[in-house]
Parts: sequence; structure tokens; C-alpha cells
Amino acid sequence: MDTEALEKLVMGLEAQCRKREQADRAAVDVPVSALEPLMRKLRNEDPLSFDLLLDHTAIDHIHEGLFEMVYLLYSTRHGHHLMVTCEIPRMDSIAPTLSDLWPIAHWQEREVFDLFGIGYDGHPDLRRLFLEDGWKGYPLRKGYTDPDMLEPA
Amino acid sequence: MSVTVRTLDELLTPPTAADSPLSTQEYFVNMGPQHPIAHGSLRIILLLDGETIRKVIPVPGYVHRGIEKMCEHMSYRKIITLTDRMDYLSALMNNWAVARTVEKAAGIETNSRIETIRTLMAELQRIQSHALWWGVLGMDLGAFTAFLYSFRDREIIGEIFEETIGARLTMNYIQPGGLMFDILPDFAQKVKKLLAYMRPMINEYDTLLSGNAILQERLRNVGILPAKDAVALGCTGPVVRASGVPYDLRKVEPYGVYDKAEFDVVVGTKGDCWDRYYVRMEEMRQSIRIIEQLIDNIPEGQYMVTKYNARLKLPKGRFYGQLETARGVLGVFIYSDGNGDTPYRMHFRSPNFNNLWAVTQIAPGWRIADYIAIQSSLDLVIPDIDR
Repeated sequence: MDTEALEKLVMGLEAQCRKREQADRAAVDVPVSALEPLMRKLRNEDPLSFDLLLDHTAIDHIHEGLFEMVYLLYSTRHGHHLMVTCEIPRMDSIAPTLSDLWPIAHWQEREVFDLFGIGYDGHPDLRRLFLEDGWKGYPLRKGYTDPDMLEPA
Repeated sequence: MSVTVRTLDELLTPPTAADSPLSTQEYFVNMGPQHPIAHGSLRIILLLDGETIRKVIPVPGYVHRGIEKMCEHMSYRKIITLTDRMDYLSALMNNWAVARTVEKAAGIETNSRIETIRTLMAELQRIQSHALWWGVLGMDLGAFTAFLYSFRDREIIGEIFEETIGARLTMNYIQPGGLMFDILPDFAQKVKKLLAYMRPMINEYDTLLSGNAILQERLRNVGILPAKDAVALGCTGPVVRASGVPYDLRKVEPYGVYDKAEFDVVVGTKGDCWDRYYVRMEEMRQSIRIIEQLIDNIPEGQYMVTKYNARLKLPKGRFYGQLETARGVLGVFIYSDGNGDTPYRMHFRSPNFNNLWAVTQIAPGWRIADYIAIQSSLDLVIPDIDR
């Protein structure tokens, strides 16, 4: 399936879905309220069947006051890729968990929580991953400072 | 919506005592961060009932260096140096993953000489990496001889790298736009000599270890990972192929010159430790096959198509590139804001990070001794998990 046909199909599934510009593959942007239902359809419905969540990460748009969450999906059955992005406010950064759709999301979301401080509602075991419990701040946020940093941001 | 954050201490509260003298009591055993099978610093906490594993809690982070944060302050060329330090056994393939993503985003076209040398180097390193894994698996399961054999043979590949690249581990060789150095005139001859040596040597590995009754007992039907679970758990590389999913980027989305070489994607049938063992053994033979087909026809041309110190400016946007390292799919995600030659955000989808999570699903129900076989068959490189 080519990029445009795939985007059209995905946008047909969810009315609030928009095409995400400036991406190198089929990409859609979805509001956080529609994220979970859309992802469920992407995984379960047949012409799509994205069975592999390749990657999940986030981007800190500090000037816009937003976190952009990025999901990279792949279908081992059909061999197509899709990028799903979802913007959430920086001040109230809570998103639904996808760990009951793809078990690997459990692990990937913990990494994003650890480094960005995005809270996942319904996550079965939300803990620090690389950093120790009680670490102050979230290092991959753009404004992060640490007393041991040589050049404070 | 509300979010509850837990701590490790909460998970490790001692289980209550057995309520009758006949019932058993669960207890925690801590493995690592310094443990021979971790091959690095990885802490694993096991909840045991007798010798049976009930739960696995991986605690990574002991080698976390914040590579992604460092990338935000470095140019795309300098980032290549950092990728050597992730999965150090696939350093060339890590270099290539970044170089390829940057080239695609910046619109740089390389020539077929560069792509052929990259493919050859990547396959040489795949053999080297799998050979190390084989030796280490032997050592983990109590066969020390395998370790000595594999280090002896890795050395020969290491010498070829050292001669061409000048480094043995942290290569920094494959750059956006080409290669750091050209190959030497006798490169092809030396590689052919290596292949002539290596091909019977892999058969010798089989006679030395694969047929061993103890090894077979410890690997066969142990740690079964069904295909459906393997995909849902985000496993890639030999781990998912051992479960019977023929997902190999070299075949599915060919890059380099893999489409010019004939090779088979090796798959297992069951997804037990033995399949993961067998897939890697067979992949070494396939890598030899690929190199044999390409080594005689390295095209002429330049080894670098851009100026080495040219600033690489990427357009604004999100870019994702991936390729198959020795351990699975390494993805590189770049978000460029269009200013300067540094990424605004760089993320590595590391194969080991995702493969590690599979132990929490595979290991429960097996004995603590099987855990050694399971983790060893996943072939984890710890600095790649932590980044």
C-alpha cells in the first residue's frame, strides 16, 4: 500500500485524525482522547493489522508547551509502516497506556516516563527505568538542569 | 486521569511467610549488576519459589550515559562516534544506521562502491559478533573451550578491521556520505583467506558444541517464545526469526547491496533456546555466502561522495531509518528543526532494549539454571539497552 492510500485509510477510521506533515513516511496526528481507540483499530482491523510496535518516543517542544509522542508501527503481515503522533500539553502530561495492546509498550512507556516525565494512565508498573527512584527531574526535557552539568542549559 | 508512580522498593516487599509447614515461601534473589552472564552491568531480580522462577524484574541503567541527550549537542558526523558505544559488537552497523538515515534525509546519493564495502564490513562484523556470542554461550553453560575457539577466530576478523579501519571495537568508519578510509588493495584477498578458514571452522563449532548432549538438554524445549508473542513483545533479529517469523530487513526492505546477493533468511520452528542457537549458527554461514558473492566484484569509485568536513543540514521534519544489526532492528529517529547540523531530538530504537523485555515473559515457570540459558540465547549487549 502506498503512503497516500494508507493515510487515507487510517484517517477514515478516526474523524479527528489529521495528516502529519514533515514526516518521511505515512504519518497521522491524533488528539489524545482518540489515541487509544485508533491504536486498537490499527492493530486489530485487517487491511492494517499493525502487529509490531517498533518504537515509541517523545519530542519536547518547549516553545509550544507541548510534548509530541511518536509511535512507529509496522505490520509483519503486510509490510507497511505508519507513524502516529499525539500532542499533549507539557504542564499536564498524561496519556493513556497502550500496554494492553502491545506488551512491549509497557517497557517503552517506562523509558519515556523516566526521561520525559509523561505519565501513562493505567500503566501496570510505572517506575523509573534507567535512573534511580527519587531522581529529580526528567533529563530529556529541554529545560533540564543538574548541579553536576558542566554547562547548565 | 491519574497516574500512580511506584518504586522498586515497593515491588520488593518480602512475601508473607508460608501459612502451613507444607506450603512453600517465595523469595527474591538478586543477580547482578555484576554477574558473569550479564556481560556488562545488568541487574536482574528474580522472584523464586524453590528453584522455579515466578517473576523477573530487570533493572537496567548501570551503563546509562545519556547518548540521546548528548546527540542534541553534536553534529551528525560526531554522533557516529557515540553509536560505536551502544552495541559495541555491531559498531559498524550502528554507524551505518545513522549514516543511512542522515543520507536519506539530506538527499545524499552514495555510489555502489561505498554500499558494497559497507555490506561486506557489516557481514564480517555479523560473523564476528555471532562467533563471540557462541563462545560466550558455551562459557555461560559451562563449556569454556568454546570461548577460546571463538576468541581465536574473532581475532582474525579483528585484524582485517584493524588494518582497514585502525580500530578493533569502536570503528567510527561508516560516515554520512561514504567511508572514513578506502580499503587496502589486498583487502579482498585477505577476506577470501578468512572465508576459506572460517567455513570449515563453523562446522568444527558444530562438532565441538552443538552436538553435545549436555548443551542439547539445556537448550532444547527450554524458554519457548511463540511467534505471536515474539512480535507483540517487539523482539527482532535472530530472536523473532527463531520463533518462525521471517522478519529480516536485509530481505524485507533491502539496503546496501543485499538485493544483489543470494541468501536465505534462517528461521526456527518453535522459538526455544535451541532455535535461537541454531539460527545464529546458520546465519554465520549465510553471511559467508553473502561475502563470497560480493567480494570479487567491488566496483571502482570514490569512497566518500561529500567533503569530509562539510556541514550536513537536514530539512525540518521527522526521519526514521532502520537496519538489521547482529541483534535485530536498530532504528534511528531524528527530529530536525531545520536549524544547524544538530538534531533537535534523536532517538535510537535499540534491539537489545526491546529483546530484554522478552525475558519477563519467557522465564517464569522455568528453573533458575534455565534462566542462564534463556538470557544467553537472547544475546544481550548491555550498553545498547541503557544507551
